[in-house]
Amino acid sequence: MPGTSPAIEIRGLRKSFGDQTVLDGVDLTVAAGTITALLGPNGAGKTTTVGVLSTLLRPDAGTVRVAGHDVVGAPEAVRAAIGVTGQMSAVDDLLTGVENLRLMASLHHLGKRAGRQRVDALLEQFGIADAARKPVATWSGGMRRKLDLAMTLVGSPSVVFLDEPTTGLDPRSRRTLWDEVTALAAAGTTILLTTQYLEEADRLAHRVAVLDRGRIVADGTPADLKATHDAGTLDDVFLRLTEPSTEASAGASASAQSATTTEEVAR
Amino acid sequence: MTAATITPSAGARPLADTLTMLRRNLLRAVRYPGLTSFTVGIPIVLLLLFVFVFGGALGAGVVPGVTPGAEGRAAYLAYITPAILLFAVVGAAQSVAITAAMDATSGIMARFRTMAIAPGSVLGGPVLGTVIQAVVAVVIVLGLSVALGYRPGAGPLGWLALLGLVVVVAFATSWLCVAMGLAAKSVETASNTPMLLTALPFLGSGFVPVETMPAAVRWFAEYQPFTPIIETTRALLTGTAPDASTTVLALGWCLLLGAVGYAWSRALYRRERA
Repeated sequence: MPGTSPAIEIRGLRKSFGDQTVLDGVDLTVAAGTITALLGPNGAGKTTTVGVLSTLLRPDAGTVRVAGHDVVGAPEAVRAAIGVTGQMSAVDDLLTGVENLRLMASLHHLGKRAGRQRVDALLEQFGIADAARKPVATWSGGMRRKLDLAMTLVGSPSVVFLDEPTTGLDPRSRRTLWDEVTALAAAGTTILLTTQYLEEADRLAHRVAVLDRGRIVADGTPADLKATHDAGTLDDVFLRLTEPSTEASAGASASAQSATTTEEVAR
Repeated sequence: MTAATITPSAGARPLADTLTMLRRNLLRAVRYPGLTSFTVGIPIVLLLLFVFVFGGALGAGVVPGVTPGAEGRAAYLAYITPAILLFAVVGAAQSVAITAAMDATSGIMARFRTMAIAPGSVLGGPVLGTVIQAVVAVVIVLGLSVALGYRPGAGPLGWLALLGLVVVVAFATSWLCVAMGLAAKSVETASNTPMLLTALPFLGSGFVPVETMPAAVRWFAEYQPFTPIIETTRALLTGTAPDASTTVLALGWCLLLGAVGYAWSRALYRRERA
C-alpha cells in the first residue's frame, strides 16, 4: 500500500566489476504498491541495480533492503518476496507454456488444485492460452516474453523487478504488458522496471528515477521532472540529464542534439 | 486485500523442490531424445566395435589359453563388459554437464537463483535424473551384452550390490559433471572437461590387464579411480566375492569425487555472472 514502510530501500549502493565502477553510490526509496521506472542510457547500471535487488549480485558497499529484508543478511527472505523478469529469456524452451507455469506453481508449493487454477488464470490473463500446450521453442518472441512475466507472477510476489520488459515487443504486446503492470500495482504489488522507452515510463510509472554513470541524477514524478527541467517530454529530460556514454564520440552527442531539435520541430 | 498479500511459499522445501526439478529433468530428457539416446549409443557402439573388430585378437591376449577368433571374441566380451557398463554411466553423467550449461547460459537458472529454492534442489534434480538415465543405460547395454552371448554369474545379492554400485558411481560422477557444466563458458564447451572422465576407463584395467602396460602407465592405471570401480563391477558380475580393499577404494573414490563435485557445483551456482 502506498504510504506504508518502503518496499525497496537503497542507501549508498556501490558495485564494481574488476576496476570498472558500475554503481557509484545509488540512493533510492520505493513506496509499496507503486510503479517506479529506472531510466538511463546503456551502461548506466540499471541491470546491475536489478541484479543487486534480486540477490544475483552482492553489493560492494551500502545497504539494500527489499520487502523489509536485507539482501545480504537475509537473501532467502528477499527471494521469497520477489519476482524477477530479467532481460534474458527465463523460460524452458523444451517444455510447453503450461509445463513452465506449473513448474513455477510447484516451486511455490501452491498445491495441485490451486496451482492449476493459478496457471489457467495467468494463461487467460496474458492471452497465451491458445499456444499453452505447444513447446515454448515454437513461440514468438512476444509470447515468450508474456510467458516470462506470467511465470514471475505465479507466486504472487509482493515486489516485482522487470528489466526492460517490453524490449523487442510489438505495440500490441507492449500494451498488454502495460495493462498487466498497471493492474498489478493497483492490486498492491510494488514494481520497479527499467526501460529505455521514455513513453513507457511516462505512461506507467508513478515515479521516475534517472540513473547515469552509476548515480541517480533525478528522481520524481514524470510531471515533476518535466517541470523542473523545463522539458516537454521525458526524452528531453533524459537527454539533458544523461551524458553521452564514454565510448560514444562527439558524433553521438551531435545526433542526440539533433534528435531534440527534430522533436521540437515536430511539436 | 490483494493478490500481493497471498504469500503461499514461505521459503524452500528441499525434498519437494528436488522432486520438482527431477520431474523437469526427466521431461526434458523425453523432449530432447537426441542427447539421451546419444549417451546410450556410444557404449553400444564401443561394445560392438571392441567385440566384433578387436575382440577376436584381443580376447586371446587378455585371457590365457584362449584361441583367436570366435573363442577370443566371447572371452573379450566377458572381459570388457564391466568397463562398457561404466562407460554408459559416465556417458550419462557427461550429458548432465550439457544440461547444466544449457540452464546456466539461458536465463532460467538466474530465475531459479532469485527464487527461494535451495541450490541442492536446483542441481540435485538433474543429478537424480541422470542417475535414473544411467541405470537405464546400464540395463540396455548389459542386455545387449547378454544377447551377444555374455553370461554373468551374479546371484540376487550380487545384482543388488551392482545396482547400488552403479547408483553410487552415477551420483558421484554426475555431481562432478554438473560442476564442470556450470564452469563451462558455453554449452558447446560443456562436454569438453567431462571428456577426460570418459577417457579414464581406457587408462585402467577395463580393456586390457594393467600388467601389460609400461611402468608409468601401469602405475597410473592401478591408482586411478576407475580401476577399483571396474574390478568391483567385474567381481560382482562374475559372482565372485569382490576384494574388500578394492571395494573400499572404489567407494572411497566415489565419495571423494561426489563431495568435490557437490561443493564445487554449489560454489559455482551462487557465482556472480555479470
